[in-house]
Amino acid sequence: MTTVATTTRVELLTGRSWTTVCDWERLVPGRGVAVLLPDGTQAAVFRDHADRLYAVANRDPFTGAYVLSRGLVGSTADGRVYVASPLLKQRFDLATGECLDDETVRIPVHTARLGDV
Amino acid sequence: MTTSPMTTSKPTVVLVGYGMVGHRFLEALADSGAADRYRVVVLAEEPRHAYDRVALTSYFSGRSADDLLLAEEGFADRHGFEVHLSSPVASIDRDAKTVTTAAGHTVGYDTLVLATGSYPFVPPVDGKDAEGCFVYRTIEDLEAIEAYAATANVGAVVGGGLLGLEAAGALKGLGLETHVVEFAPRLMPVQVDEGGGEALRRTIEEMGVVVHTGVGTKTVVVEDGKARGMTFTDGSELETDLVIFSAGVRPRDQLARDCGLDVGERGGIAVDDFCKTSDENVFAIGECALAVDGRVYGLVAPGYEMAQAVAQQLADEACKPFTGADLSTKLKLLGVDVASFGDAFGTTEGSLDVVYSDSRSGIYKKLVVTADGALLGGILVGDAEAYSSLRPLAGTGNPLPVPAESLVLPAGSGAPVSLGSSALPDDAVVCNCHNVTKGQVRSAVTEHSCTTVPEVKKCTKAGTGCGSCIKLLSTIVTDELEASGVEVDKGLCPCFAHTRAELYEIVRVKRIATHRQLLAEHGRAPEGAEGCEVCKPTVGSIIASLAPELEASGHILDGEQAALQDTNDHFLANLQKNGSYSVVPRIPGGEITPEKLIVIGEVARDFGLYTKITGGQRIDLFGASVDQLPQIWSRLVAAGFESGHAYGKSLRTVKSCVGSTWCRYGVQDSVAMAIHLELRYRGLRSPHKLKSAVSGCARECAEARGKDFGVIATSNGWNLYVGGNGGATPRHADLLAQDLDDEQLIRLIDRFLMFYIRTADRLERTSTWLERIEGGLDHVRDVVVNDSLGICADLEALMANHVADYQDEWAATLADPDRMRRFVSFVNAPGVPDPSIRFTPERDQIKPDLVLLATEEELLAALDPDNALLETR
Ligand SMILES: Cc1cc2nc3c(=O)[nH]c(=O)nc-3n(C[C@H](O)[C@H](O)[C@H](O)COP(=O)(O)OP(=O)(O)OC[C@H]3O[C@@H](n4cnc5c(N)ncnc54)[C@H](O)[C@@H]3O)c2cc1C
Ligand code: HEM
Ligand code: SF4
Ligand code: FES
Repeated sequence: MTTVATTTRVELLTGRSWTTVCDWERLVPGRGVAVLLPDGTQAAVFRDHADRLYAVANRDPFTGAYVLSRGLVGSTADGRVYVASPLLKQRFDLATGECLDDETVRIPVHTARLGDV
Repeated sequence: MTTSPMTTSKPTVVLVGYGMVGHRFLEALADSGAADRYRVVVLAEEPRHAYDRVALTSYFSGRSADDLLLAEEGFADRHGFEVHLSSPVASIDRDAKTVTTAAGHTVGYDTLVLATGSYPFVPPVDGKDAEGCFVYRTIEDLEAIEAYAATANVGAVVGGGLLGLEAAGALKGLGLETHVVEFAPRLMPVQVDEGGGEALRRTIEEMGVVVHTGVGTKTVVVEDGKARGMTFTDGSELETDLVIFSAGVRPRDQLARDCGLDVGERGGIAVDDFCKTSDENVFAIGECALAVDGRVYGLVAPGYEMAQAVAQQLADEACKPFTGADLSTKLKLLGVDVASFGDAFGTTEGSLDVVYSDSRSGIYKKLVVTADGALLGGILVGDAEAYSSLRPLAGTGNPLPVPAESLVLPAGSGAPVSLGSSALPDDAVVCNCHNVTKGQVRSAVTEHSCTTVPEVKKCTKAGTGCGSCIKLLSTIVTDELEASGVEVDKGLCPCFAHTRAELYEIVRVKRIATHRQLLAEHGRAPEGAEGCEVCKPTVGSIIASLAPELEASGHILDGEQAALQDTNDHFLANLQKNGSYSVVPRIPGGEITPEKLIVIGEVARDFGLYTKITGGQRIDLFGASVDQLPQIWSRLVAAGFESGHAYGKSLRTVKSCVGSTWCRYGVQDSVAMAIHLELRYRGLRSPHKLKSAVSGCARECAEARGKDFGVIATSNGWNLYVGGNGGATPRHADLLAQDLDDEQLIRLIDRFLMFYIRTADRLERTSTWLERIEGGLDHVRDVVVNDSLGICADLEALMANHVADYQDEWAATLADPDRMRRFVSFVNAPGVPDPSIRFTPERDQIKPDLVLLATEEELLAALDPDNALLETR
């Protein structure tokens, strides 16, 4: 084949290699998807309305349930983009993992990138 | 080895015991800035850093040991505190000024702080050391109880006080038949009086915990070294596999005794009002100390005050002496509110009691007042709503602004009375945990220009302990802001300055069909903002309820709507605590054929779901994973079921009684009417959920007056009641109109619902809406019955559109491959089930496995290494 349409893929850094998540187009702005990582843990990947990509741990530290990917994305008055847990609604900064409602809590953040195929 | 204070130029502070109070002492020292003037050595017996013992029981609801830790990571390092875990101190040499640990390590001190807490008292009965006997104080205790309970069927708690009832709740939660044995004639003898204990007992027994009061434990019956039962002083016996002793605590004062410090006759390290022991270089704080007022405090707040006092002395700051503390408490035990405050037992001379008691609903309220009407204290069981506003008034000497009896009577019997914040004097303590007065809260607003409750919390610390004062705190803040002329923000959320009702009008009039457009044109957030978890679903719901008018798609999985909905709407199912979902098919009016019942049974069996009959006359199926939802629903839809909208802010069910078809009293066909109403209003998106019921005669078996709109048959037709509610704030619905024929009834309900949807706030049920809206019921009747605003034709048209536009969301979803794509657990591994969703058996069905969720390690450990699930990519 000579002409290949390029699709952009979302990838997550796992250890020293990149794990493919899905096509960029599969992500709906303002929502997330869950990703199963090779070691059995889970990540939550989001796209915001400015088309920025985020990845954090999927586990909600307040309940232990693996559900953050199913939360709603929002932004604060000073522009921090966060996801609100669908269970008890605590908010987590998607860039830093910091819980906006309880400074003592923080969730892991993953490195994500867009790669062309 | 000996570390001498001489090796460092700074004086050494040694803290023995790293529990809640010890930690608070370190925090206070750090806050005062004096931490770097001392070398601080912490010798802790437990294998972990200080944790939240008060919240210990939440370990059983899934909080891990790490979640319970009090300090943020790196706290000790940052302040240079040397913490040695698993290093109990065995002796103190006051002459040499050293302490020696059990492992033989010796540390010199200049100042010694004892914060050794207390130990659970175990009565000296035979068999108390058998396998299966436990105490309830540390994380290790709970781990041991949890492990043992897995093989036990019956558990008994010795002691019916605060801790005993918490332990009983935990055993119940672990699925054991649970007994509580209390020596005193009532439960919680320290906090509540006889009437309160009785109300508490009835409610707790209704939950299936068996309560034995007035009996002492004689022996634990032991077989093969294991507890098998108990015998009691009245000669009775109980078979049980697990016993928790919770018969009070005793101060851990042995170290102090051994080195000759003064201790109280009944235990506790004696201290003066600056928490100093009989040796001026040694302090004692928390549960191990015997305060100057002759009491040992078994609550955390007084311990915190002591910790603060000692830290202030070390920082050379002015220090508030500790002379005693308030024992007021408000707790939720097994879901029952219990509060006691001030002079709860009426020991003040000449005090009088005002009592309200309703044994049917387990409510007991007692206020203790002086002859001239000033509040001294009180006890509240079953409904402790008033605690935060009453406690600060107790003991201030000011007469109550309203008669005391109006404060204990339930809402609805005459004008309900609640105290505004203006009733409180400035020196009334609003937050008991942090000893913050109303005056301090007010000055946070006036002097430190705090404008929101979170800011006031940060500034004063009020509300950051048990949280019971937050409601009062927010009234004070709002009142204060209004008084100082600050415009109080009535906006929906940080993104919109409008209320929900205003946004509804904007959407309707300007025909705005997306959240993004509304946010861009009418929001107050900076450009490009995302919106938030409050406005997204609210606006989504407004757009959905106006969809036909806006010519937008009403289906909540379409277009932008997909990104606005809470996860429940997003997956058309209700998210449960372990990440699984429930499935609730609609069963209109609660009427169902045997064939359909069989289908529900087969589906539940084939997918291994937990089934439960709800209070809404239908059946919930629990425990489905995201990827099972479409398979389950395709079977249900094929059998003629449709979505029950249990996930949406929309109509739930219209319950019905049997009605005139079968019942000898019935005067109308309540079942037919209920089915008709449920089918008419199904899928209607509203500010909050809507519930309804239809009764076939005045006996009211369907409990229609507890519903948002309730219908009761008369011999001439139907009576319509509106604004009813059950649950925590019950309200009987008010009569809107009587003796309506079928057509009149439906027209009136159409108008009423649309008027509510148009004007209510977000998450405002019809009951609160009816009480808030100006003019109340009379105004609503004017609008919907007499058409005083001339909008009834509009309201009816809106409803007609809704009815015409209705489609079953699940049938539509199954038919659309695009929508179906989201029903996978993992985007990178479709078909792989979520390994964190597992179940354990209970009463022949399943329940969520929460242990698996406690930490990430638990999940990884449970993963089967041979499982090739990750290779599917
Ligand atoms: C299940 C439960 C629920 C509770 N609920 C409430 C509530 O709702 N409200 C409330 O106000 N209070 C409540 N309490 C009581 C509250 O937890 C205590 O008042 C508080 O923990 C006291 O703090 P402390 O630091 O004095 O003691 P602790 O927190 O017990 O800490 C003492 C520490 O010292 C250690 N220690 C003892 N001896 C030595 C030694 N020789 N060397 C080294 N270390 C030593 C112990 O191991 C322990 O870690 C509850 C307690 C329990 C168990
Ligand atoms: C604010 C408090 C409440 C919340 C958050 C709440 C939440 C819920 C939820 C999420 C469900 C669906 C369960 C599922 O299938 O997953 C439900 C069902 C139900 N709730 Fe509540 N509820 C509340 C108050 C009440 C009150 C006060 C009552 C009764 C007086 C009540 C009675 C019911 C009934 C009967 C059902 C089953 C209805 C059906 O079959 O759809 N709820 N509730
Ligand atoms: S409300 Fe009336 S008609 Fe309905 S079941 Fe009760 S007694 Fe019968
Ligand atoms: S009273 Fe406990 S936080 Fe205020």
